[in-house]
Amino acid sequence: MATQAAFMPGAKAETATTGVWSWITTVDHKRIGILYGVTAFIFFLMGGIEALIMRAQLARPDNNLVSAQTFNELFTMHGTTMVFLAIMPLSAAFFNYMIPLQIGARDVAFPRLNALSYWIFLSGGLFINSSFLFGAAPDGGWFGYATLTTRQFSPGHHIDFWMLGLQILGIASMLAGFNFIVTIVNMRAPGMTLMRMPVFVWMSLVVQFLVVLAFPAITVALILLMFDRFFGTLFYAPAAGADPLLWQHLFWIFGHPEVYILILPAMGIVSEVLPTFARKPLFGAPVVIYSGIMIGFFGFGVWSHHMFSVGMGPVADSAFSIATMLIAVPTGVKILNWISTLWGGSIRFTSALLFSLGFIAMFTMGGLSGVMHASPPVDLQQTDSYFVVAHFHYVLFGGSIFGIFSGFYYWWPKMTGRLLDEKLGKLHFWLMMVGFNMTFFPQHYLGLIGMPRRIYTYAADLNWGFWNLVSTIGAFIIALSIFVFIVNVIKTRRSGPVAGPDPWDARTLEWAIPSPPPVYNFATIPTVHGRDELWLQKHGDGHGGAPTRKPAPTTAKEIAAIHMPPPSYWPILLALALAVMLSGLLISYVQVVAGGLLTLYCMFKFALEYHRPAQEAH
Amino acid sequence: MTKRARVTASLLLLAVVVLGAGCGLVGWEWDTPMSTVQPKSDFGKMTHDIFMLISWTTLVIFIAVEAVLLYVCFRYRDRPGAPIPKQTHGHTPLEISWTVAFAAILVIIGIPTIRVIFKTQEAPAATTLHVDVTGKQWWWDFQYPTLKIHTANELHLPVGQTVAFYLHGPDVIHSFWVPQLGGKRDVVPARVNRIILTPEVPGEYLGQCAEYCGMSHANMRFRVFVHDKAGWDKWVAAQQAPPVEPKEDLAVKGKDVFSQSACMGCHTIDGLSAGVLGPNLTHFGSRTTMAAGIMKNTPENVARWIENPAHVKPGALMPALGLRDEQIKAVTAYLQSLK
Amino acid sequence: MADAHAHAHHDPNIGTTGLDNRKVGMWIFLGSDCMFFGSLIGTYLAYKGKSLAGPGPHDVFNIPLTSESAAVLLASSLTMVLALSALQKHDLTWAGRWLFATALLGAHFVGNQVYEFTTFALHDGLTLGTNLFGSSFFTLTGFHGAHVTGGVIWLLGLWFQLKRGRLDARDYTKVEIAGLYWHFVDIVWVAIFTIVYLIP
Repeated sequence: MATQAAFMPGAKAETATTGVWSWITTVDHKRIGILYGVTAFIFFLMGGIEALIMRAQLARPDNNLVSAQTFNELFTMHGTTMVFLAIMPLSAAFFNYMIPLQIGARDVAFPRLNALSYWIFLSGGLFINSSFLFGAAPDGGWFGYATLTTRQFSPGHHIDFWMLGLQILGIASMLAGFNFIVTIVNMRAPGMTLMRMPVFVWMSLVVQFLVVLAFPAITVALILLMFDRFFGTLFYAPAAGADPLLWQHLFWIFGHPEVYILILPAMGIVSEVLPTFARKPLFGAPVVIYSGIMIGFFGFGVWSHHMFSVGMGPVADSAFSIATMLIAVPTGVKILNWISTLWGGSIRFTSALLFSLGFIAMFTMGGLSGVMHASPPVDLQQTDSYFVVAHFHYVLFGGSIFGIFSGFYYWWPKMTGRLLDEKLGKLHFWLMMVGFNMTFFPQHYLGLIGMPRRIYTYAADLNWGFWNLVSTIGAFIIALSIFVFIVNVIKTRRSGPVAGPDPWDARTLEWAIPSPPPVYNFATIPTVHGRDELWLQKHGDGHGGAPTRKPAPTTAKEIAAIHMPPPSYWPILLALALAVMLSGLLISYVQVVAGGLLTLYCMFKFALEYHRPAQEAH
Repeated sequence: MTKRARVTASLLLLAVVVLGAGCGLVGWEWDTPMSTVQPKSDFGKMTHDIFMLISWTTLVIFIAVEAVLLYVCFRYRDRPGAPIPKQTHGHTPLEISWTVAFAAILVIIGIPTIRVIFKTQEAPAATTLHVDVTGKQWWWDFQYPTLKIHTANELHLPVGQTVAFYLHGPDVIHSFWVPQLGGKRDVVPARVNRIILTPEVPGEYLGQCAEYCGMSHANMRFRVFVHDKAGWDKWVAAQQAPPVEPKEDLAVKGKDVFSQSACMGCHTIDGLSAGVLGPNLTHFGSRTTMAAGIMKNTPENVARWIENPAHVKPGALMPALGLRDEQIKAVTAYLQSLK
Repeated sequence: MADAHAHAHHDPNIGTTGLDNRKVGMWIFLGSDCMFFGSLIGTYLAYKGKSLAGPGPHDVFNIPLTSESAAVLLASSLTMVLALSALQKHDLTWAGRWLFATALLGAHFVGNQVYEFTTFALHDGLTLGTNLFGSSFFTLTGFHGAHVTGGVIWLLGLWFQLKRGRLDARDYTKVEIAGLYWHFVDIVWVAIFTIVYLIP
């Protein structure tokens, strides 16, 4: 194995290698991005199948396609999977691939830590889904309220899988958060001030801060639950004087920032896609950036709007209501900034753009139903009903997923060197639009006529049957649209049109380099003169200024002198050791101790991998 | 895609949207048993007024935003040979205006919101009827301490009388929700939450637990009967009366079976047993539904339930007692005689 | 906006801000760890005085012992600073001694805590499951103790590397970030000591 230290002069630029081992030991942010993307997409499909089964069960009243227990497991796993194993890692795929490219860097600050994050994520996802094999899939809902999740009311291992799985995933997310913050803060190309960063990078920066500051709250909530379930503590034991609401407060202090973690990356993507295809800069980019920062900051102050029905009292209800309405302002005005970007532009309706337009349309709807929820009296009728289910699917699917697909179509040529088929892309978009709205729009109505959420069946005389059936059909149309996407991917893998470096005449630095980029990204680190540096190089600033000078071509000798971090197997080994330790809690304490020692060993090897040997003279 | 094709597609989409919206306004039935938009109480009406205010406001915003979006897509679509458009970076006065406008709309929504929050959480007056609600996995216990009435799964109320529900939870979090009478309030262990409302229209309403509480959350339902004065007095009198003595042979036999079975340990029939783990059965025969509102109170259903509760209601905590068929028939007759 | 970048220094760890990546990373980690301890302290405060039975804080606390622990930890922060200063001056002997002293003081703190926990469990009948105080106290201080233990292992690792001739002034940043972590753990103790032990 290569033992040369990172960034030591004399090491050659790593050539792209093939084979499974090269993927297992990669520390290249681009490959790690692809790993995240493929893994997350598979989990997305699993979450989708869970949804289809649920929708099939709910298509008719008093149905018995699946049992109550199975249904309860399905909605728990669907929510947990979509939040933690689909949307977050799909966003991470783009963070990984694009952030270094967009800031003119050659990799992230800590490449091996980056790989470690991926392997820990994978082990967490496999761990939590392995519960199906043991007939113990989590069944406490994706936000697992106490006291239902205590051992008394949830015997067996269902909740243990959920709890430990989330802890593992939390570690992965936080490590990535530290990595990206340092990368964005400390590895920008010369001339790239913070306000000259692409908006996608800004939104990602806010997201990483949210991750590192919000996840500790759920870590603690889960630790308290774990201690109750394993060591007999009394944190969620009302008989000992405990308050079940402690769980809810800790969870939602994490949970509300989490929803911004889920939506801001998509907002960042849309903020890149619209200017490219409208051929105009993002309207009010500084305001969009400041809105993102404000949302991140104030997002920590609204958590109890998920708790309006628990009886906090009128003062708390009012305070959180006002705070929630306040935060709607920066969230909402962004829509107008995006529409204004299109206004006066020259819009090309590619699949990428269509998905961003879909995002705007659907997120507007989800945001407006969110405004309803901000009013506690109104929310008391809507919370825990299908109305709120409709709301969050409009913002998370209509918002995040549409935004992510927009990113796929936009950046696919950069990552693979080939363009996706536009006809299939448009078919995917329209099928998904129709299917999505058919699935979730009627759920507003179902909620307003009193259908609670998380019920595996319902009576026939409530008028709920017809629109539940429509919703189910819509869900299968969504599935069809995803199938179209998969066909597109397979079809264009080998035979799609070659993209070249800049197929869209885009604005940011990632389009200045070949598609796919060489392992070192930039032959010469660019110097940045403004936001949308590439556009400035190609077309000037549009206000009379001449185009900025393109960087001079790089010599072969210069390229040979670029040093990239070599591959490493310690990330995957450390991730495995951690998985052995944590899963030992369900098997035996011997395994926990052994896994712990193994983890410590791997941590030291990881830390010292590139430390110089004793004999080296200086 | 040709311009004609694109225009056609967009018009089609518009048609679908309009059709859908039309269906929404006209074709969807709002007067359904668990509707939240046909309020039958003061609480419900106050909530509904704000809901309508927000709905109209957001509808206007929605139509405006989507219309501008569609317009922009048409008007500014790329044409062959078009030059690079003007690179506008922003327009501060415009951005400030729409921010202020949006904030103003929220103030308009916020003010009545705060008012209603405080109004609906005021302390009860001395004349308020006090009802203790206990939500357990997976049924509802109702007690009227001032009237010395103890029943389960069917709530009876007098019209026009303000009632304060005190919510108790010995196991997990549930939520007490009767959509036609207003919003929900959670049942939280180690806390006593309170919700106060005045039903204004006599009728039969449906309630359901609205916080996921385990296996049979979907089966934790209840009924609410709002009576005029005569009906209320009649119901109270019947509930306060001692349990009806069985006359019919089968019912008499059923009482014997009941007295000798494990039923005694979990259920209360005044004067006979004092169990508190299961619903109070003193006037079970007067209820229209059973097993927390999931089926009608008929001999077949009662028998099915007694034979194997978990078959009817997944996870039900009442065990199958192993009674023989004729014993079950007898107990059924007895329970149904308890009017 | 500071524009120092790698090429001037040939140190790939120094970035746009002029700071070492690892130092920025450690600061962000400490911010996150603040939220972690904040949540645990919040839980402790939420349950303060709410235990229904069993010993309470002032039935069991040994303030003199805990004060000694606090002093020990504060002293260890001093020795940490001295270790770093010695390293910067290329005085490897004293750097090693001060590093070891820091680890030793940290281990003493953990030892005190082990003694305290066992006394509570065996003499006072206070364990994790006794009451809300037991649950929240042991969890909060236990996690802090675990952080100290992790720090001790880290410091001993650094000391060991130094002894083997594999750590010198070039590795200043590595020792500096260990120092940042160590000071953080010390500050958290000051907070816990005040909130849990001193405030009635």
